[in-house]
Amino acid sequence: MLGYLLRRIVYALPIMVGVALVCFALVHLAPGDPLVSILPPDASADLAAQMRTLYGFDRSYPEQFLSWVWRALHGDLGQSIASGRPVTSEVMTAVGHTLRLAVLATLIGFVLGSLFGFVGGYFQRAWPDRLASTLAVLGVSVPHYWLGMVMVIVFSAMLGWLPATGGGPGEVEWAWDWNHLQYMVLPAITMSVIPMGIIARTVRALVAEILAQEFIVGLRAKGLTHLGIFGHVVKNAAPTALAVMGLQLGYLLGGSILIETVFAWPGTGFLLNSAIFQRDLPLLQGTILVLAMFFVVLNLLVDVLQTLLDPRIARA
Amino acid sequence: MPMTSLSASETAAVALVQARRSPGYWQSVLTRLLADKVAMGAGVVVLLLLAMALFGPWLTPADPYQASMLSRLKPIGTDGYPLGTDELGRDMLSRLIVGARLSLFMGLTPVLFAFIIGSAIGILAGYAGGWVNTAIMRTVDVFYAFPSVLLAIALSGALGAGIFNSLLSLTIVFVPQIARVAEAVTAQAKGRDYVEAARASGANAFTIVRVHVLGNVLGPIFVYATSLIAVSLILASGLSFLGLGVKPPEPEWGLMLNTLRTAIYVQPWVAALPGAMIFITSIAFNLLSDGLRSAMDNKG
Repeated sequence: MLGYLLRRIVYALPIMVGVALVCFALVHLAPGDPLVSILPPDASADLAAQMRTLYGFDRSYPEQFLSWVWRALHGDLGQSIASGRPVTSEVMTAVGHTLRLAVLATLIGFVLGSLFGFVGGYFQRAWPDRLASTLAVLGVSVPHYWLGMVMVIVFSAMLGWLPATGGGPGEVEWAWDWNHLQYMVLPAITMSVIPMGIIARTVRALVAEILAQEFIVGLRAKGLTHLGIFGHVVKNAAPTALAVMGLQLGYLLGGSILIETVFAWPGTGFLLNSAIFQRDLPLLQGTILVLAMFFVVLNLLVDVLQTLLDPRIARA
Repeated sequence: MPMTSLSASETAAVALVQARRSPGYWQSVLTRLLADKVAMGAGVVVLLLLAMALFGPWLTPADPYQASMLSRLKPIGTDGYPLGTDELGRDMLSRLIVGARLSLFMGLTPVLFAFIIGSAIGILAGYAGGWVNTAIMRTVDVFYAFPSVLLAIALSGALGAGIFNSLLSLTIVFVPQIARVAEAVTAQAKGRDYVEAARASGANAFTIVRVHVLGNVLGPIFVYATSLIAVSLILASGLSFLGLGVKPPEPEWGLMLNTLRTAIYVQPWVAALPGAMIFITSIAFNLLSDGLRSAMDNKG
C-alpha cells in the first residue's frame, strides 16, 4: 500500500516537469516578439535590448526554462507585462475567486448528479430512469456558455431576481453575505450542469453494475430491507463517484474561462482572457502553469484517496 | 501503470474489443442500430445538419451577409425575417443555416485528424510495447494532464485567433485522449491467441497489425472518437465565442453568440438562437454516439 502510494507520487513528478515544459513552450510558440505589447513601435534598439534582458528573453531556452522553474518553485512567476504587478499575486487572487465558484458548482453537481444516477440505476428503463438519463444527456451536451447567457436572460433581464454579471460589490473584496453571494448563484448553477451530467451517468452505470452482482442477490435472499441494500450500494459506489467528483472539480477550475467570461467573474478565466488579448505572456504562462499543476495534484490526491477507500486498486 | 485510470467512456471502448465477433458482426450492429429509435432520430437530425452544411448557401431565404442599419435586432416572427435580425440587421435564419457549414467543419475536423493521428500513435505504442510505449505514453500523459478546455484555450491563445490555429489546438487536445484508448485496446488485442499464432507462423509486425489488429481495434476507437464530437463542437464554438476562432463577418454559431451578447437586453431570444443550434447539434451527436456504442456492445 505504502509502496503503491510512493510509486504514484514519484510517477507524478515527470508529468509535472512535462507540464511545466509545455507551459514554458507556449510563450515561444507565440508568433511575434513577446515584448511587442509594451514596447512603443519607435523604441530604440537599446531600450528593446534592455527590456529583453530585464525579462530574461536574451538567454538560451534551457537557461530560461531552468531559471523560470527555479523561480516558480520559490513562488515567483515573474511580472505581468501589462500591469507590471507580480504574476503570482494576480493568479492567487483569481484562483481564490474561481475555486469558490468551482467548489460550489461541483457540490451542486455532485448532489443532483448522484440523485439522478441513483434513481436511474434503481429504476432501470422505467420513467424515472428515462427522465434522469435525459437530464444527464442534456447536461453533457449543453454549451455551458450559452446556458449562462440563457440564465442571465431569464433570471436577470426578464425576472430581475439576480445580478447578471460581476464578482459582487467592490469587485475585489469578498464576504459571505447575500450581497456577494447573489452574484455567485447564476454562474455556480450554470457551471454545475457539466459535473451533474457526468456524475449522473457514472453513478447510474455503477449502481446498475452493483445491483447485478451476486452479493446483492445474497443480501436480498437474506431478507435485508431496501434501505439496507441501499447502504451497500452507496458504500460500493462511493469511491468511484467521489473520484469522478474530484476530477470534475479540476476540470471546472481549468475550464471555467468561458463561464467566467459570460458572467464577468473575476477569476482565472477572466485573467486568462485578458492575458490572451493583451498578449501578456508571463501572465498567460503563469496562470496556465498554476491551473495545470493544480489539476495534476488533484489527480494525485484523488488517486490516493481512492486507494485508501478501496485497497483493491493498489493490488490491481 | 497508467497516470489515471480510464474514464467510464474509455472503459466502454476497451470493453468493446472483448465483444464476441462472428461473420455477421457488422450486420448485427447495423440491425441493432436501426432498431434503436433514439439513435435513429438523432441520426436524422445529424443528416439534416450535414445537409444544411453542404447545401446551406442554396437554402437561405436572404443574403446572410447583407447588413441593414434600418432593420437591426428585429424580433422573431418579423415580416420577411422569420427568426429576426442580428445586431447589424442581417437575417438570422439565413445566418443560422449558412453557419452550419463552418460550425460543423470547426467541430468535426479536429476529431477526424485526432482519430487518424491518435490511432496511429496509440496502436504503435500498444503494439511495440517496451521503451517505445513508455516514451509515447508518458508524452501523451503530459498533455492529458491538462483539462481540455484549458489546453485548447492556452494553445489558441498563444498561437493567436484564426480558423487554422483553432483546428490545430483542438486536434492537439484530442490526440492524447484517442491515443490512450487506442493503446489500451491494441495492447489487449496483441495478447490474443490468434496474434500469437500469426507471429508463430512467421508473419511480420506490419502484417499482424494490418490483418489482425486493425480490424479489432478501429471499431472501438472510432466509437470513442464519435463521443468526442459533441465536446469538440462545443469547444470549437467556445473558442469563436471568446474571439479565438472564426473571425467576423463569417457566420459561425459561437461567433454569432459572441457578437449578439450585447443584445440580450434588447432581443434576448434572437441572441440565444445560435447557442440553441450548438445545443441541438451536440445532443444529436451524443445520442448517435451512445446508440452506436450500445449497438456494438454485444452484451446489451
